[in-house]
Amino acid sequence: MNAPITFHENARRVVANPVLRASFRGAMDFLMAKRAAQFPDLDAFEALRTQGEAIRQYSLARLPDLLEQLEANLTRNGIQVHWAETPKEACQIIIDITRKAGGDLVVKGKSMVSEEVELNHALEAAGIGALESDMGEYIVQLAGEKPSHIIMPAIHKTKEEIARLFAEKVPGVAYTDSVDELIQIGRRVLREKFRDTKVGLSGVNVAIAETGTLCLVENEGNGRMCTTVPEVHIAITGIEKVVEKLEHLPPLMALLTRSATGQAITTYFNWISSPRREGELDGPKEVHLVLLDNGRSQMYTDERLRATLQCIRCGACMNHCPVYTRIGGHAYGTTYPGPIGKMVSPHMLGLDATKDLVTASSLCGACGEVCPVKIPIPDILMQLRRQSQGTAGGIQLPAAGSGRRPLQSMAFKLWAGLYARPLLYRIFGFFATRLRGLTPKWQGAWTNSRAPLRPAAQTLHERMRLSTTRD
Amino acid sequence: MTAAHNSPRRYSEKPSDVYLFGTCVLDLFDPEAGVSAVQLLEREGIRVHYPQDQTCCGQPAYTSGFPDEARAVAKAQLTLFPGTWPVIVPSGSCAGMMRHHWPRLFADDLTNLPRAESIASRTFELTEFLLNVLHVEWKPSAKQKPETVVLHTSCSARREMNTHVHARALLAKFGDVEVKQQEHEAECCGFGGSFSVKHPEISAAMASDKADALEATGATTLVSADAGCLLNLNGTLEKRGSALRGQHIATYFWNKVKEGA
Ligand code: SF4
Repeated sequence: MNAPITFHENARRVVANPVLRASFRGAMDFLMAKRAAQFPDLDAFEALRTQGEAIRQYSLARLPDLLEQLEANLTRNGIQVHWAETPKEACQIIIDITRKAGGDLVVKGKSMVSEEVELNHALEAAGIGALESDMGEYIVQLAGEKPSHIIMPAIHKTKEEIARLFAEKVPGVAYTDSVDELIQIGRRVLREKFRDTKVGLSGVNVAIAETGTLCLVENEGNGRMCTTVPEVHIAITGIEKVVEKLEHLPPLMALLTRSATGQAITTYFNWISSPRREGELDGPKEVHLVLLDNGRSQMYTDERLRATLQCIRCGACMNHCPVYTRIGGHAYGTTYPGPIGKMVSPHMLGLDATKDLVTASSLCGACGEVCPVKIPIPDILMQLRRQSQGTAGGIQLPAAGSGRRPLQSMAFKLWAGLYARPLLYRIFGFFATRLRGLTPKWQGAWTNSRAPLRPAAQTLHERMRLSTTRD
Repeated sequence: MTAAHNSPRRYSEKPSDVYLFGTCVLDLFDPEAGVSAVQLLEREGIRVHYPQDQTCCGQPAYTSGFPDEARAVAKAQLTLFPGTWPVIVPSGSCAGMMRHHWPRLFADDLTNLPRAESIASRTFELTEFLLNVLHVEWKPSAKQKPETVVLHTSCSARREMNTHVHARALLAKFGDVEVKQQEHEAECCGFGGSFSVKHPEISAAMASDKADALEATGATTLVSADAGCLLNLNGTLEKRGSALRGQHIATYFWNKVKEGA
């Protein structure tokens, strides 16, 4: 992980690259238009997202109970449940299951949680191979990169780059930039692997507690292959993904696929409710679910931040984010980029490591406006800024205050000292306007790209006092 | 953003008196806009009161993670607007701060909360007030030289105060103004208070894309109802040597209305 420590540098590099800028803009425009076409009626959208929000809040309010219920029902269905507090524990659980199954390769469907725990690294270190079977993830893996978007992992790559990559990295493939051919090449390679791999891995979109079912949406069919062809299927997800009842699923799915890819429904909808049963001809012999915490309990504890866990990982906030659109996903240096990444990463990587992320927002509110489960993203970012400054009061996150810069704190103290004293403030205004000729031409970062700020000849206070008899 | 945002607001009868909260940005950098706001209100027969002790709504500290400082500054405003007169704010994001965030800022301060809530409930962004409370009747100007305008609506102004709707409706009252539509109109101009100096490259990229989009409309005039965005946009336009310059919508309206009278 190149870590958000280098965020500024990364961002600078990307904004200086017009080709990347244009490509991100084009991709985000495309995704925004597709989503918008799915929600033509804003009132209906508002009603649906209010329902989605209510379902997520209802589930979170009962999270500990639902997790117990989920575990009991999954176990009853023959699905083995594992709890992991840290990424390391999650990886170890998966390594152990794979070894026990005698596997030396894990074929993976798309799973952001597996990225979050850096599973591929851990597998490699344990002498086990990992093969991404989602086309976007496959491209990213071939290139030795990480996903730059939680739904479209390879959105940062052009068709030509992918064509070159395939010609270079896939044995026996000649250069072609026909998208159809590229997809067929990828499919051929992956089909071979599915046939003789012992372990398949997938994520989970929603887990249903009352039935003990895991739901997984996808478009390529690779998810279905990963979860049905190998002898062992391991699913991994965060502890927040549970809902109580089956009836909670349809609104969330209607919101998820429309917000994510602009589809009313995905091509595949997988229900995983048990391993192969007596007399069944196919399906995995074992199904495991790894439930990961990794900072989620911390998001849960502080009620001001709990809404973070409502997220259904649709990626709409990224597609609509003017910052993400300018810098792309890699610049963040986190598994989850964009607004959702700014909300979850401080809990996963620590406030200190992510202090530049929580400030990297103009709080424009585009994310909160499209979020299908109404997470008040700007409010949560402001709350995280307070945590970073150590001014949140109440529950303090570990490393609260680590983003504090003495100069900035001092500046705000002085500012408050001036702006809370009307007389002093008017005197300041009087001199600032009278001495406007002395306004510096260089005003820090402001004047990098802007003309200097110059006060007017007289303040509004003065003009109001002088021109009228108003009080 | 809470559920209250953008929920339909009930408007009362036209009042006899209002307060003007001029905002710290207009105070120092664009007092003309504040004066224009007063003139527009007075033209409708309203008495305007401008408490001389006002300073700032506290937003810069609030959004940067300094709630104590924000509270200290906001608190100094709370006693300046007693009674029931509406508080008119000629800047969308400041109006949004007062209307939506003051009650939250003082949520744990039971002495000040009632005042904060009272002001919040009486806070109107200028264009909203002109349109929905005063129902201004503006005529096309006598000169009838059609002009093209492009309207920038800031993020909090549009998302918290619906300013884009109000400003557009007011512009439509003059028959001779053609409002051009810029690409990505709803997108942020990159100001974001401290964001603009903490992440100057990203902010500059957003501002320059915005300036491109505004210039590409070919409009001769840029107007906005948000003081912060105007600082950012005008600074950017000036630095790049553009002929386009943003004007506060109050100033623009006053000039038009004056002409038409
Ligand atoms: S925060 Fe909201 S918009 Fe962003 S990924 Fe999560 S659900 Fe989607």
